[in-house]
Amino acid sequence: MKKIIGIVLAGMVFLALGSLQAAEHITVKGSDTMVILAQKWAETYMKAHKDVTIMVTGGGSGTGIAALINGTTTLANSSRPIKPKEMKDAKSNNIVPMENKVAMDALAVIVNAQNLVNELSIPQLEAIYTGKINNWKEVGGPDHRVMRYSRESNSGTYVFFKEHVMHDKDYAPDCQNMPGTSAVAEAVSKDSWGIGYGGVAYFAKMKELKVLRIKKDDKSKGVSPLKQDGTVDFEAVWKTEYPVARYLYCYSIGKPSGKVQEYLNWVLSKEGQTIVEEIGYVPLKQMK
Amino acid sequence: MNYSLSDEIKLPPPSSREVAGLSLRNVDLRETSRRRLKLKVQEFFIEKFLFLNGLTSIIIIALIFIFLFKEGVKAFTEIKPFQFIGTHIINFSGQEVFAYIWQPVGEQGKYSLAPLVLGSLLVAIPATVIATILGVGSGVYLAEIASRRRREWMKPVIELLAGIPTVIIGFLCLSFLGTAVQNLFHTSFRLNAFVGALGVSLVIVPVIATITDDTIRAIPDDLREAAYALGATRWETIWKVLIPAGISGITASIILGMGRALGETMIVLMATGNAALVTLDIFSSVRTMTATIAAELGAVAQGSAQYYALFLVGATIFTFTFFLNLIAEVVINRMREKLKL
Amino acid sequence: MKCKRQLSGMIFEWTARSFTLISMIALITILGVLFLKGSQVITWEFLTSEPLDGMTRGGIFPAIFGTISVTLLMIILALPLGVASAIYLVEYAGTGFLARTIRAAVNNLAGVPSIVFGLFGVGFFILFLGRNIDKVLQTGLLFGQPAMLWAAATLSILVLPVVIVSTEEAIRAVPLSHREAAYALGATKFQVISRVVLPQSLPGILTGAILSVSRGAGETAPILFTGCAYFLPRLPVVTIPYLNIPMINPLDQFMELSYHLFIMATQSIDAQATRPIQYGTAFVLITLTFLLNLSAISLRIYFRRRHKRR
Repeated sequence: MKKIIGIVLAGMVFLALGSLQAAEHITVKGSDTMVILAQKWAETYMKAHKDVTIMVTGGGSGTGIAALINGTTTLANSSRPIKPKEMKDAKSNNIVPMENKVAMDALAVIVNAQNLVNELSIPQLEAIYTGKINNWKEVGGPDHRVMRYSRESNSGTYVFFKEHVMHDKDYAPDCQNMPGTSAVAEAVSKDSWGIGYGGVAYFAKMKELKVLRIKKDDKSKGVSPLKQDGTVDFEAVWKTEYPVARYLYCYSIGKPSGKVQEYLNWVLSKEGQTIVEEIGYVPLKQMK
Repeated sequence: MNYSLSDEIKLPPPSSREVAGLSLRNVDLRETSRRRLKLKVQEFFIEKFLFLNGLTSIIIIALIFIFLFKEGVKAFTEIKPFQFIGTHIINFSGQEVFAYIWQPVGEQGKYSLAPLVLGSLLVAIPATVIATILGVGSGVYLAEIASRRRREWMKPVIELLAGIPTVIIGFLCLSFLGTAVQNLFHTSFRLNAFVGALGVSLVIVPVIATITDDTIRAIPDDLREAAYALGATRWETIWKVLIPAGISGITASIILGMGRALGETMIVLMATGNAALVTLDIFSSVRTMTATIAAELGAVAQGSAQYYALFLVGATIFTFTFFLNLIAEVVINRMREKLKL
Repeated sequence: MKCKRQLSGMIFEWTARSFTLISMIALITILGVLFLKGSQVITWEFLTSEPLDGMTRGGIFPAIFGTISVTLLMIILALPLGVASAIYLVEYAGTGFLARTIRAAVNNLAGVPSIVFGLFGVGFFILFLGRNIDKVLQTGLLFGQPAMLWAAATLSILVLPVVIVSTEEAIRAVPLSHREAAYALGATKFQVISRVVLPQSLPGILTGAILSVSRGAGETAPILFTGCAYFLPRLPVVTIPYLNIPMINPLDQFMELSYHLFIMATQSIDAQATRPIQYGTAFVLITLTFLLNLSAISLRIYFRRRHKRR
């Protein structure tokens, strides 16, 4: 009996000692769009800097910012800017998020490769996703119902699309909400009548998908985020010719310092931005 | 048994090192009564300690109730209660209609619970129906028809079905069941309530099968023998005597299965498309209460309206399953009493 | 010449038989698909290295390690609590109102949806307990965030009914005569329990522990928000200073097999490229849970047979 108590106490002491040694690490949470980028950055950075551990979790831009407000993460990746209400919530928790632009992204709209439609205008996209247009034939496609694929509400991509393409109108209730951009990609690749959206990096290599050209309105010329050879067209994004381009952000708690600042500086350096290119996003213009 | 024999005989208890049989040698009455007192005090504290442990389950259920409702009720301070049914919106023709929409993120968050509750039911009810057919059939087969040796390995196999992690079933639904169903039934939505129901039924079949099997085996033999004596065939005995006799147990298992189906999260999260539609079309995408919590909880900031709304959804599903489980428990207890008489 | 009643009876019996077969075929298909597609990926390297290149290459060792750590912690929390509860239920509670309420609570706990446990884990363990511990110990934000400790605590209340029911069954199986003999020798109640009943019920308790580990390893919803990380190649271990012993850090986050499968299937970069790894992870997970379940079931059959022979 005493032996058991002794072992249990020893175990508890060990656990206590272990927990108080909480490792010094950088937690990065947030945008699902950016999570591949964040992971590759973390992997590459940790190889060169053995003393730093970076932990990456996805979950959506909303998750990242919420975690920043709750104080459970060091850095929050977001594919949309922080909202005023979130800023207020953060300040009431004594946290002042600081915005750092780390990359740019072309938000691509995709359909199945078999779909005959090649381009859509922003008003048409709005009508499709709010549920006003329900059949492909209304936009020049075959006579069939439009199967809409969207993201969950915690996604920065969801919010960005809602604000900039749908002008804050509600999504149609029959949008199937996928947990991540790759799920959207997979779903549309298997659905000849599907339409979806997401960071272009996820779609560039899939031959079952077609990335649409986007027109600002019915009279403009359609611009594709991809060049002829299938790689991402940086100029179109920098010159905002492609209408649905956006910045990708990394929010820190106040001005970053110490190891966090070193990491962010590396991300903004040539090395970090080269990785942005490799993954398929658009590096910041001044780095080129 | 709450007594110690030595209390009655009033002799000092032999120490654990002594062998059976009374020994009056080496007996110091003062020392042994001190030892007895120490043991009595030990016994008292141990009993109290075990009592507290016994209460754990009750305490945990109470805590779950308290925490879910505490946070869920706060939702009513930020969102008008009527909004949980629906909101007024202006549709494309410019008319103002009453719509049941769940879309918490946006300028005006919409929190109708109707599509979520309907979604959960649209998955749970077909799943329970499928699982009842398969489960009662299997239970009856295992109890009455299978030979003893067959039953010995078949029952564990069915129980293994209950041990498959639900994320794997969801994964398989996502990666190939959805496409298979679409090719077979030509559905518009590849991920829909039917695919989800198929996956969920796999998890419930063992629940219904094992309880049905136990129920039927517990029915006393005289009922069977009486039926055979009257000339009934085996199936007639099963169908007309045994199943009616065990109907409470079978019903309880179906209720438990339905509770489990309502509470299932991972399979519906991956396989139903998560579209918050109000529909009775089983081949349409739906959004269940459980999937909503799983999909949105990570993203909410504490203290926001959506956060409280999610706890309210959690409280709702917990209440549903709590009452279903309670009803099943009452039915089983009643059946046990009936069988004892 | 069989009469109509016998024929229709045979048809119905065959229907029942085929329903059972359908259930078993479903199981075998699942196992088969996972085995066929998953075993191709399984190499020693896969099991012992970390994920690389956005999970398109490399292995799942951190996930395996995380799963083992969290289930270990879970069992440490759940087993003493469950066994003590069961002892109370069988030996002390009797059949009164309290006993029936406790039993109803245990059965109800078994039916609570797993996401509700997740919600409770976030709301109670992390936000209430964790934040308050931080306030009391002045440790900033150490306990009040997702960690293995809270994930294990959430899982332990999920598996508590399994432990309680198996232990109860095992304790009840000990024959009354053994207890009476002990009382006749003058043992106190607790001595009877600790020296006679418990040692004999150890196999049953062991079965319960194995079943609960299997259940805990397979659950995803409770740990979604209470401690899992998407990419954490560093293992949740820490070295105790001066003693230089590596130890699991319960306040760290961790990777886990079922969570890993979920994330890769729904949110990975290139779902097609990671498919083989997804199948591999599913295969490892199901092998783990099945081996545990099978050993628990065979233990139960073995000890039931031994009992009957007595």
